[in-house]
Amino acid sequence: MSRMLKPPIHARKFVSVDPDKCVGCGVCEYICSYEKEKVFNPLKSRIRIVRLGLTINMSLACRLCEDPPCVASCPRDALKQSEETGVILVDEDKCNGCGWCIEACDYGAIMLHPDKKVVFVCDTCNGSPKCVEWCPEKALDFTTKDVVAQKSRISAVKKLFYEVLRT
Amino acid sequence: MYNAIRVGCETLFGYAGRILRINLSTGSIKTEPLKEEIAKKYIGGIGLGIRLWLDNSKPGLDPFSPENPLILATGPLSGTIAPTGGNGHAFVSKSPQTFGVAEAKSHGVFGAELKRAGYDAVIFEGKAEKPVYVWIDDDSVQIMDAKHLWGKSTQETEDMIKEELGDYYIRVASIGPAGEKLCRIACIINDKTRAAGRCGLGAVMGSKNLKAIAVRGTKDVSVAKPEEFLEFVKVLHERMKGPATVKYRTLGTPQNVLVHNSLGCLPTRNFTNAVFEGAEKVSGEYLNMRFVTKINGCNSCAMRCEHIAVVPEGPYKGTMARVEYEPLWAFGPHCGVDRMDAIIKAIDLCNYYGMDAISAGVIVGFAMDCYEHGILTKDDTGGLDLRFGNAEAMVKITEMMGRREGLGNILAEGVKRAAEIIGKGAEKFANHIKGVEMTGYDIRGLKTAALGYAVSFRGACHNRHGAYALDIAGKTDRFKFEKGRSKLIIEIEDLYMIIDSLIVCKFSRGVYYKGFEDLAKYYTLVTGIDMTAEELRRAGERLSNLARLANIREGLSRKDDHLPIKVMTTPIPDETVSKGSYITQEELDFMLDDYYIHRGWTKDGVPTLEKIKELGLEDLSHIVEGKV
Repeated sequence: MSRMLKPPIHARKFVSVDPDKCVGCGVCEYICSYEKEKVFNPLKSRIRIVRLGLTINMSLACRLCEDPPCVASCPRDALKQSEETGVILVDEDKCNGCGWCIEACDYGAIMLHPDKKVVFVCDTCNGSPKCVEWCPEKALDFTTKDVVAQKSRISAVKKLFYEVLRT
Repeated sequence: MYNAIRVGCETLFGYAGRILRINLSTGSIKTEPLKEEIAKKYIGGIGLGIRLWLDNSKPGLDPFSPENPLILATGPLSGTIAPTGGNGHAFVSKSPQTFGVAEAKSHGVFGAELKRAGYDAVIFEGKAEKPVYVWIDDDSVQIMDAKHLWGKSTQETEDMIKEELGDYYIRVASIGPAGEKLCRIACIINDKTRAAGRCGLGAVMGSKNLKAIAVRGTKDVSVAKPEEFLEFVKVLHERMKGPATVKYRTLGTPQNVLVHNSLGCLPTRNFTNAVFEGAEKVSGEYLNMRFVTKINGCNSCAMRCEHIAVVPEGPYKGTMARVEYEPLWAFGPHCGVDRMDAIIKAIDLCNYYGMDAISAGVIVGFAMDCYEHGILTKDDTGGLDLRFGNAEAMVKITEMMGRREGLGNILAEGVKRAAEIIGKGAEKFANHIKGVEMTGYDIRGLKTAALGYAVSFRGACHNRHGAYALDIAGKTDRFKFEKGRSKLIIEIEDLYMIIDSLIVCKFSRGVYYKGFEDLAKYYTLVTGIDMTAEELRRAGERLSNLARLANIREGLSRKDDHLPIKVMTTPIPDETVSKGSYITQEELDFMLDDYYIHRGWTKDGVPTLEKIKELGLEDLSHIVEGKV
C-alpha cells in the first residue's frame, strides 16, 4: 500500500495572521474580492477583519480544520475537504444556503455569498493567496500549523535568552 | 417617521453616480444622478461638497438655520483599494465659527461604507422635529428616532446603533453632547476616534437634531482600468514603505514637538512663548516609549499612522485615545502642561463629548491666559486655579466645555465669541483667524505659513496650504517674505484642494512623486474619465476660487484674511533662533497684495470676471457683481 491515509503535516497550508502586526486596514479584503470577483467589496472577501476596541485587530480566514465541522454539518453533502490541501470545496449546485455550516464554524470563516446565496470560503488561491502577497504589514503568512508552532517556540526561547543572544 | 427609497444606479466607475437628498423637516428622501461633467469639474470630497453647498443654500443664512444644508461627500477613490484613498469622507456647510463655507474631513472606514451603499454625497436639509438618526442601508434610507441616544457620547452612540440594528459592521458618524448643545467647536466623529474636526460642523448637525448617520453598504465598487490601477497601487504601496511616510509610521506627528521646540516655533502658553521647557515630557519620543500600545491603520491604508495611547497609571489610568501632534500640542505646550496622562485624558474627553481637540485646547490656553492676567478670576472659573501648567484644571475645564457648564458654557462659543462675551480686553488673547482657533505652529517666525493661514478659507489651518513645511525645511527665509513667494503657497493650496477632493490622506502626499501627474493618473484609472495633470491642476485652482467665491457670497473679504492679535503685536521673547520675530500690519498687507496678484484677484481679494470665466465658473459671476 503506497497510498497515504493522511497527508503529511506540511501539506496543509492556511492563511495565518499575526494580531500584533495586523493594523486592520482591510487591504486583504479588497484584494481577495478583486481576485475572486473582480470587484472591490469586503462582503465578497474570503478573509474578514475584526477590530475590537481601539487596540485589537485581526483578520480571519478558513483554518483548514482537521475533521472540519462545516463539512460534518452539511445535510446536503455540498461540502467536502480536499484530502491533499485541506481546502473546503463547495458544490454550488448542492448548496442551498441553509447556513448550518456557518453556525458550525467557530471562526466565521465560511460565509453566505451576498449575490449567489451559496456559501463561500477561502480556497488559498490555489496555494498562492493574494492577501498574503498584498498585506502591507506582512501580518499574514501562508503556512502550516507545524511551522506556526515552530516560530512560536523560537520566539519564546529568544525572549528567554535575550541577554545571551545579544552578546 | 419611516421612509424608504429604491432607485436604479447610474453606471460610473469609481463614483457611485448618485446623490442622496434627505429633508429632515419633511422626511422626504430622494436621489439624483451625479452628472459626469460635475464629477470631473469638482472631483468629489470637499470640492463637490462646496459646490453642492453653494447650489443648495441662500446667502447670509445663520449656520444653525434649518435652511443651511449639511453636505457629506465621499471621493471617487472611496471604496476601492487605493491606499488611504479608499476610506475618506468630508462634511461641508456654513461654519458657525467663520460664517463662511467650511469643510472637515475624516478617514477611518465610514467613507468606504457610504460609497458601497451607493452614494457620492448626501445633502441633509431642514431640521428634524425631535432627535433622529439617519439609517442608510444601501437603497433603503430611514429616519430613525434617536431620543434614547441624545446625551450619549460618540462612542456610546456608535455601539448602541450597531446593537439595535443588529449588525456589527455598520459604520457610524455621530455627534456627542457638545454637538447637541451647539458648541461652536463641536465635531463629527466616526469609527470611535476619527473626527471631522474643525469649524464646528458638529454643531450644524446638532442644530438639525441629527444625532448620527449609520451606514451599511453591500454593493460592489468597480474601477475603470483595474489591472493598471492595481499596478499603480502596488507602486504606491512600495513608496509608502519609503522615506516619504516614515514619520507617520514611526513616531507619528508628535515628532513635531521637539522639532518645533528647537526651531522656536512651538507655541507655548497661548503664544506667550515659542519654546517650551517641558517639551521632552510631551515629545513624540516619550509618548511612544511610555504610552503608545498599538498603531492602527484606516481602511485600505498601506502606511498606518493611528497611534493609540493608553495611560498606564495615575489618576487617568486606563484612558485610551489616538494621539496626534495638534491636540497634544493644544492641551500640552499651549496650556503650559507637561503631563502626558492629562493630555491623553483631555483628548479622550474631546472624543467623548465630540469636540475639536485642537480648538478645545486652544480655548483652554486662552482661558488660562485670561486668568493669569486677571481677566478671569476664581469667581468665573468656579474655583478652578486656571494657571498655565495646571494639568488637572485643564482636564476639568475641558469637561465643563463639553457639558456647557459654568465658564465652559462661554468657552464653548470658541475664543472669538468668548472674548467678546468676557470683554475686558480678552480679545488680545484670542488666537484665531476668521473665528477658528490657531493650530500648533508659531507663525510669528514662519512667515510663508503665516500667509497661508491668513488666506485659508476655513480660518486658522495648517492643512489648507502646508506652507509651514517650506519654512521648517529651510526652503524659504522664514523671517522675511519677498515678492513672488505667494506662488509657492498657491501651488500647494491647489494641490491640497485636489488631495481633499479625491480624499487621499495628507500623510500620503509625499508618495505622489509627480504631484498632479500621479494624481491625474490615479483619477483616470479609477473613473475612466480622461484627466491630464494640467486639467487637474486647473481643477485645484477652480476649487480654491470656488471656496473664495463662497466666502465672498457670505460677506467675507480682505479684512477677514487677518492674523491673531498676538502674532501681530508681540515679538517672540525667547532666547532662540526666532527671537524678536512677529508680523506687522504692513508686512501682512504686503503678503496679501502679493498673494491676490498671483491668484488673479483684485486688491480686495475678489476673483476677477476673467479669472472666473477662465476656470469655468461663469454661473457664479453674480457673486462678484459690483465688487470687481
